[in-house]
Amino acid sequence: MDERLKRILPRVQKPARYTGGEFNEIKKNKSQLDLRMAFCFPDTYEIGMSNVGMRILYSTINAMEGVWCERVFAPWDDMESEMRKNGIPLYALESGDPLSAFDAIGFSLGYEMAYPTVLNMLDLGGIPIRAEDRTELLPLVFAGGTSCCNPEPMSAFFDLMLLGEGEELDCELLELLRTAKKSGWTKPQFLKKAAEIPGVYVPSLYTVENNADGTVAAVTACGGAPDKVTKRIVTDFENSHFPANQIVPNTEIVHDRVNLELFRGCIRGCRFCQAGQVYRPVRARSSEKLVRQGIEALKATGYQEITLSSLSSSDYKALGELCDGLLDYCVPRSIGLALPSLRADNFSMDIVQRVQKVRKSGLTFAPEAGTQRLRDAINKNVREEDIMESCRVAFAGGWNNIKLYFMLGLPTETDEDVLGIAQIANDVLHCWRENAVNKNRGVRITISTSCFIPKPHTPFQWAPMVSRAEYLRRVNLLRSNLTARNVVYNWHDAETSEIECILSRGDRRVGDLIEEVWRSGGRLEAWSDFFRYDRWVSALEKCGLRAEFYTTRERGADEVMPWDHINMGVTKKHLRRELERAWQGELSPDCRHGCVGCGAGALNGGKCDV
Amino acid sequence: MSEKLRLRFSKKGRAIYSSHLDLMRTMQRVFTRAGCALKYSEGFNPHPVISILLPLNLGCASECELMDFQLIGDADPAALPALLTSAMPEDVTALEVYPAVQKVKDLKWLRISGVFEYDTADPAAMRDGLQAFFAQEHIVITKKTKRGEDESDIAPAIREIGFTAGERCVRVSAVISAQEPTMNPKHLVAALSQKAPELVPDFEEFTRLEVYDARMKVFR
Repeated sequence: MDERLKRILPRVQKPARYTGGEFNEIKKNKSQLDLRMAFCFPDTYEIGMSNVGMRILYSTINAMEGVWCERVFAPWDDMESEMRKNGIPLYALESGDPLSAFDAIGFSLGYEMAYPTVLNMLDLGGIPIRAEDRTELLPLVFAGGTSCCNPEPMSAFFDLMLLGEGEELDCELLELLRTAKKSGWTKPQFLKKAAEIPGVYVPSLYTVENNADGTVAAVTACGGAPDKVTKRIVTDFENSHFPANQIVPNTEIVHDRVNLELFRGCIRGCRFCQAGQVYRPVRARSSEKLVRQGIEALKATGYQEITLSSLSSSDYKALGELCDGLLDYCVPRSIGLALPSLRADNFSMDIVQRVQKVRKSGLTFAPEAGTQRLRDAINKNVREEDIMESCRVAFAGGWNNIKLYFMLGLPTETDEDVLGIAQIANDVLHCWRENAVNKNRGVRITISTSCFIPKPHTPFQWAPMVSRAEYLRRVNLLRSNLTARNVVYNWHDAETSEIECILSRGDRRVGDLIEEVWRSGGRLEAWSDFFRYDRWVSALEKCGLRAEFYTTRERGADEVMPWDHINMGVTKKHLRRELERAWQGELSPDCRHGCVGCGAGALNGGKCDV
Repeated sequence: MSEKLRLRFSKKGRAIYSSHLDLMRTMQRVFTRAGCALKYSEGFNPHPVISILLPLNLGCASECELMDFQLIGDADPAALPALLTSAMPEDVTALEVYPAVQKVKDLKWLRISGVFEYDTADPAAMRDGLQAFFAQEHIVITKKTKRGEDESDIAPAIREIGFTAGERCVRVSAVISAQEPTMNPKHLVAALSQKAPELVPDFEEFTRLEVYDARMKVFR
């Protein structure tokens, strides 16, 4: 280990984040490599190591002969200042080699607030942050992940961006880079060729013209790049790579357990939900295979907990069989099985009761909106009766801690909808009084609201976000109506949401904003410990940008969105149709009850596994 | 029911930055990965009954960590070290497994080695200074405790201590009290910063080498 590092580590918080050496870490002989990749996660070790996508890709890429993929995370501020003070560049955990030693530097973009962190990591690694300042082929700096569905805000910093799922795409890209490196291609030569791989977006091959009002006039592809870049999916999800031999961190991480991915995509079509749209079409893995993989991963890692993950686990058709199969293995071994993302319905409550045999932790439901009218408008197919029935079962079964999540600022929301949230809280409290098995233990009902952010590639992408002042007015309206002692109200601050909205819906000009924020000290902006709203406000001003242009402005039906040249599967026509149905307060069926023709099936030869 | 076993293991290199709590979590997983079922407590919230005899400070290496555990069913203690090591993270190594006979309370002394690094000071001068300093009959330092600050004399907790000068460093070898009182090797440096700041090294590291009972017989 670096002697300088040895002196620093005892002084920083949680040093085990910076050492590597975990069980199942992959080491390769450097003399037998053609290509070295640094997989960078723009957040701390605890967050990054909890990411399922990163675990899958680490394992997939390392299965390539001659390619070594290592992990790089963002240091906490104490470590960063020690590294800068001692001239230690950002390094990969496996080899300890600096970022500049790698051929390929790939970032996972899952959360927009982490954008400044990307720039900081590049800088800490001694890599010029702007793509145009990196004229050599190597290192190639690129990104993948959900946030790439609007690649424009970060497009100035990456040589290319990958759309959709990475299992196949990453390997194809690295194969091409291996060839390019061997054959001594120039960077423009390589980028032109890379743009031919489906799912690869090379920002420098697209020119953007703006209208006088700042909106996008046109995006033109050049150099043979496709007009529209379509995201990639794994068509055979049943047989796609599952990383059983996962790294087991030596220090506690956020999701410190085996994560079993039931299916990708979602049948629901909630109109506010980006994940529900951009991960389509639905592809499930069989329960027999999942049970086998779950057990295999538990054995290989020694984890004492396993969680089922998907966007809506209740919609997994063989959930009962899957839980039974896993419980047969887990119960005798005191292994916990966790089931997040369940819908508030009877079937789910039955499963929860079977699974939660010992400890009764809290239950969380997300009705999202306070009235049936608004829930219909956002296409959240949950009825108040479902919520109440679930609560009744929960209270009768001994639970006494219920959390309810809502959004404020949803399109078409009125004060009546806001007050509806208070009504639900009261109804749940009433339900507890009628059904609690032991009233002496009391009850705790937690209501949480966040500020709705209209996201790209959703039906609400045209909708305005409410202003911070309006959000706070609604928060106060709700707060003054939540009077019961047992009801706790938490609301998220709207400042972060406003910035997230700008980054999420931004155009290429937002890149300057991100760089300016980083230059003025923005590092781990995804953390409330470090987020400073005023830094963003002054950066906006310095860049000549107005927040309202990106946030509270309603976008016209004909407006060219900055992300219109990105095809995530679901068509713009479908999204617009869904928006209009929202305005009418009309529900759309879930995929199982009727295809609404979203278009995503085309990515999978017309097949949807609903 | 199976007997209580004791594992002796080493923790070095990159592994020294895992905390005691992290190591406890890791050890549980090591046994699962090795296919050895640990005996669980029978309470409301069952957890494996494992205990590490003397928690090691973060940043400190060791050749002689001891951990007690019980398995469900029988196991061949001679086969366990290799099996466990194959399931351990880098730089943690299982050395031996044997029935836990000697009582934890009999554990009294610890042999440690350390390196005091001096970037500019003359090692020979530092060695002489350190020898003189630790030869004092009383070395009273202020320690932070749960109740606040406490004065305590660490001299009786140091059974023997010696220094040799190396290249840009002074090597220390000492036998210090493992419990009653618990002497943290870092207190050696704390004493210097409080009483003889000119002797404080630029960096120091310690390794536990051996554990003994009150009569200085090796504790197993």
